[in-house]
Amino acid sequence: MSTLAIDKGGPRRKVKYGSMSRDRAWALRWSYFFLVLFAIFFLTPPLYMVITSLKSSAEISAATNPWWVFHPTLANYVELLTSNQFLRFFWNSSIVSLVVVVVTMLISIPAAFALARMKFWGSTTLATGVFLTYLVPDSLLFIPLFKMLALVQDITGITLLNRWYVLLFIYPTLTVPFCTWIMIGYFASIPKELDEAAIIDGASWLQTLTRIFIPVALPGLIAATIFAFTVSWAQFLYPLVFTTSIDQLVLPVGITTTLIKGDVFNWGQIMTGALLGAAPPLIIYAFLMDYYIAGLTAGATKG
Amino acid sequence: MADVALRKVVKRYDDVEAVRGIDLDIADHEFIVLVGPSGCGKSTTLRMIAGLEDISDGDIMIGGDVVNDVPPKDRDIAMVFQNYALYPHMTVAENMSFGLRLKHYPKAEIKARVTEAARLLDITDLIDRKPKQLSGGQRQRVAMGRAIVRNPKVFLFDEPLSNLDAKLRVQMRIEIKKVHQKVRTTTVYVTHDQVEAMTLADRVVVMNHGRIEQIGTPNELYHKPATKFVASFIGSPAMNFIPCRLEDLAGKLHVRLTDRITFPLPPARAARYQGIPRAEKLLLGLRPEHITEAKQHTEPGVETFETVLDVTEPMGMETLIYFTMEGTLVCGRVNPNAGAHDGGPLRLAVDLNNMHLLNEVTGAVL
Repeated sequence: MSTLAIDKGGPRRKVKYGSMSRDRAWALRWSYFFLVLFAIFFLTPPLYMVITSLKSSAEISAATNPWWVFHPTLANYVELLTSNQFLRFFWNSSIVSLVVVVVTMLISIPAAFALARMKFWGSTTLATGVFLTYLVPDSLLFIPLFKMLALVQDITGITLLNRWYVLLFIYPTLTVPFCTWIMIGYFASIPKELDEAAIIDGASWLQTLTRIFIPVALPGLIAATIFAFTVSWAQFLYPLVFTTSIDQLVLPVGITTTLIKGDVFNWGQIMTGALLGAAPPLIIYAFLMDYYIAGLTAGATKG
Repeated sequence: MADVALRKVVKRYDDVEAVRGIDLDIADHEFIVLVGPSGCGKSTTLRMIAGLEDISDGDIMIGGDVVNDVPPKDRDIAMVFQNYALYPHMTVAENMSFGLRLKHYPKAEIKARVTEAARLLDITDLIDRKPKQLSGGQRQRVAMGRAIVRNPKVFLFDEPLSNLDAKLRVQMRIEIKKVHQKVRTTTVYVTHDQVEAMTLADRVVVMNHGRIEQIGTPNELYHKPATKFVASFIGSPAMNFIPCRLEDLAGKLHVRLTDRITFPLPPARAARYQGIPRAEKLLLGLRPEHITEAKQHTEPGVETFETVLDVTEPMGMETLIYFTMEGTLVCGRVNPNAGAHDGGPLRLAVDLNNMHLLNEVTGAVL
């Protein structure tokens, strides 16, 4: 854009008034161009999934145009939604994600409050440490984590491995650091005088947290909740490693392990399962999008 | 309602002493203003009284009890902050009643107190609004209301009017004074604005570099400043300080300002300054209102001289004039009809009955 402007400002030409709106028109054109490009790029895979999910296996393997449904059928949906196995995966995923969200919030909110407000020895180092934890990829962590849990299982005699509830201990290692980090940022943007006023009004630390900080930081809290839910819902590596029995699987692992038999891919059902699995986060985003954006941009301006 | 006492209170941050041993007695019902430039330790002192900052050394007493280790909520104080610090998610009524609700007061009493405070502050119509929907002045009233409903022993104000525009500040200043006349709660008020300090306070505490420079009523500070800092800080435009020496001429004590200008001292002043060594470097302190246009008949102690003005500032009811004396810019106040204009000559009169003499090195008023 700037090169265009310089070109027009050349000495030979008369000064054109109203160049602001011309500039704006061009900016809009470029915006539309790239936004449409991105939209096509990102929406094509889901579209392909929808198309494929509406086809029978025969049509999928037939040599016809893959971008068109000639004989639409809901058979894949009916089959999955009436399959106890698939509903079991869905149930496992739901219970794991919901419990993880609750656990994450119960840890992250007080942790973030303490790190943001109660100045104590090493609090800044700890806050940085929390974030660094998040930077270690799960593909490095799963083996040591597996060994740790195996050890705990050996010592206590409580079966942890190959049980869906083991994920309740594993997932928070992913969600707690990030949620704590964004909550620290959000809490830090709350003016210091607000908690001082609450303290003088007679509030304890806990009351300051529950009656002032949590309501004021609600958008950030919702953003953190959505994040924790999305991470738990979509996590693939950990459940793949820690659970193997069919009835213990969560949705992403369940779909890939049960619908791919040897080298036979049941594409119609895989796509249907993936679409159905994508529905809950989609619904949550749609309802809480405004809060999510407000939460992620916290601290950009003074609250 | 209670008195407040500070005994050798010190606040240290690592190696820096923000407050360096303050002694202060605040009587019951008194309105005390802590005033000083930024970084003088006035806010820190207030926050130590509130319990928001620990005390490094010394004692703070509220109502006779040492409260050094008493948490803020048990000190029975209320504080109004510069940025109001209203709870954004609560209505005005909820904001005001928050402290009472935490202490589980009966609902009827909470309602009665909030209604009463809202009536006192004239915010009855705003009671169901959120802070976002209020103007700056209204928010400040709500913040005061939150303090009043608690009926605390002490009110603490931390620069409450600094975020308001000039006109509203004057209006709210009067409001605060009115409220204090009604509720009579002991008040400690921090500001950097000397006009606020003078207009509101029963007694003003002038602070500088973590120490108290002087404590006194507004008039005492204005007419009998103890140090150069107080003399220059209180009053607007500020007091003039002109380098001078004492001299004996014809058996009378004179003050010499320049090679050409000397003034004989009035008898009372001469007696007071007699003992000062003649060679000592001094400053003559004169408030602008004591440098006026020369009149036909001069009163005793009023001396006249000719000067050329640098700049004049017509203010309407008076004109401020500026001229240079031995490299020092001096300000005076003359009648708008005195014929003062930029660069023009004017015969001026100085009222030496209201002069101050300061030690140039120590800044002490002699």
